[in-house]
Amino acid sequence: MGDTMDEKLNNTLDRDRAVDYALRRREVVAQLLADRGDTLVVAGLGAPVWDCTAVEDHPLNFPLWGAMGGAAAMGLGLAMAQPDRRVLVITGDGEMLMGLGALTTIGAQQPDNLAIVVCDNERYGETGMQLTHTAGGLDLPAMALAAGFATAAGIRSDNEFKAALPAIREGRNAAGPGFWSIKIRAENNAIGVMPPKDGVTLKDRFRAALLG
Amino acid sequence: MQANQGGVDPVDWTGAIYSTLQDWQVAQVAYVPDAGHSELIIRCDRDENMRLVPLTTEEEGIALLAGAWLGGQRGVLLMQSSGVGNCINMLSLARVCRFPLLTLVTMRGQWGEFNPWQVPMGQLTPKVLADADSLVFSVDDPAAMGQTVAGAARMAFEGPAQAAVLIGQAVIGAKSFGR
Repeated sequence: MGDTMDEKLNNTLDRDRAVDYALRRREVVAQLLADRGDTLVVAGLGAPVWDCTAVEDHPLNFPLWGAMGGAAAMGLGLAMAQPDRRVLVITGDGEMLMGLGALTTIGAQQPDNLAIVVCDNERYGETGMQLTHTAGGLDLPAMALAAGFATAAGIRSDNEFKAALPAIREGRNAAGPGFWSIKIRAENNAIGVMPPKDGVTLKDRFRAALLG
Repeated sequence: MQANQGGVDPVDWTGAIYSTLQDWQVAQVAYVPDAGHSELIIRCDRDENMRLVPLTTEEEGIALLAGAWLGGQRGVLLMQSSGVGNCINMLSLARVCRFPLLTLVTMRGQWGEFNPWQVPMGQLTPKVLADADSLVFSVDDPAAMGQTVAGAARMAFEGPAQAAVLIGQAVIGAKSFGR
């Protein structure tokens, strides 16, 4: 039974390629958040939370310990409430796949201050590195473009990442929401620093830092 | 009182809801539409201080309004009872973080329902919401709408808490598709 499943998966999903991807998640997120200024960050559950917190346990991060599939929608509500701030959602491919409808909701609202970044290792990293649909032919940036994002791109190399960074980080003058899928190496990182788990603490400190 | 039975609504209960949303400066109105909410959606759409956010599924609205509150705005979530079933895991976000969540649920499968497929979630809605730690208020008399929604909004935004108002089929009229 197990062998049969493996064979079937291998017909459509590639379990090997992401192991060799050039970009590394911790370095990518560190660059996304370097000199972040007054950027507001929502981190999707799992490794993106650890990645963001490894840079800094910043009060203007909202790390999601649950609510899988909600990161992009949460970023939309925040972006509409704070139209003069850059809002950056950093999430994983599994989390994004659970809330794909939010891409179309964002496309309908066209917030020009919202950036969605998917750190795509083609894996459910917290549960044993099972393959996600992005290990096949699924093209998330194409879906975002079709949903109405003004900008959407897949990033595979350091050069592509460096070229995209200004648009991801700034984006104030962008024509609408932006979406970037960054293909990162499938690897297990130590979790490292965890943010507070208490949701009320996370909410209160975010609002205090933003609203005073 | 049963409204709409003669095609005439003696109480402007939609207006009572809208006034409450204005009073609380609700800025984001997220919804998956239901016929019972259609007039409220039109009124909110005409209000330049309210932004309508149609959703693909109701759980998006819970995350959306959590983000809105983080950014300093109040919101409301409109759905029909079947949509409550789509929300369960995402309600943990409101519960764990104590985000205010004002939800207005138009009921199906509760009273006078002609479609049996609406009955399971219609009957489960108050239980499921209560189990998810939401305050639950039911309105079956249009005249009670204003005070009920105003009270729920106060408990939602000042709690903060999850507060759901279930708008009964006795208020909106049991849908019959003309049969």
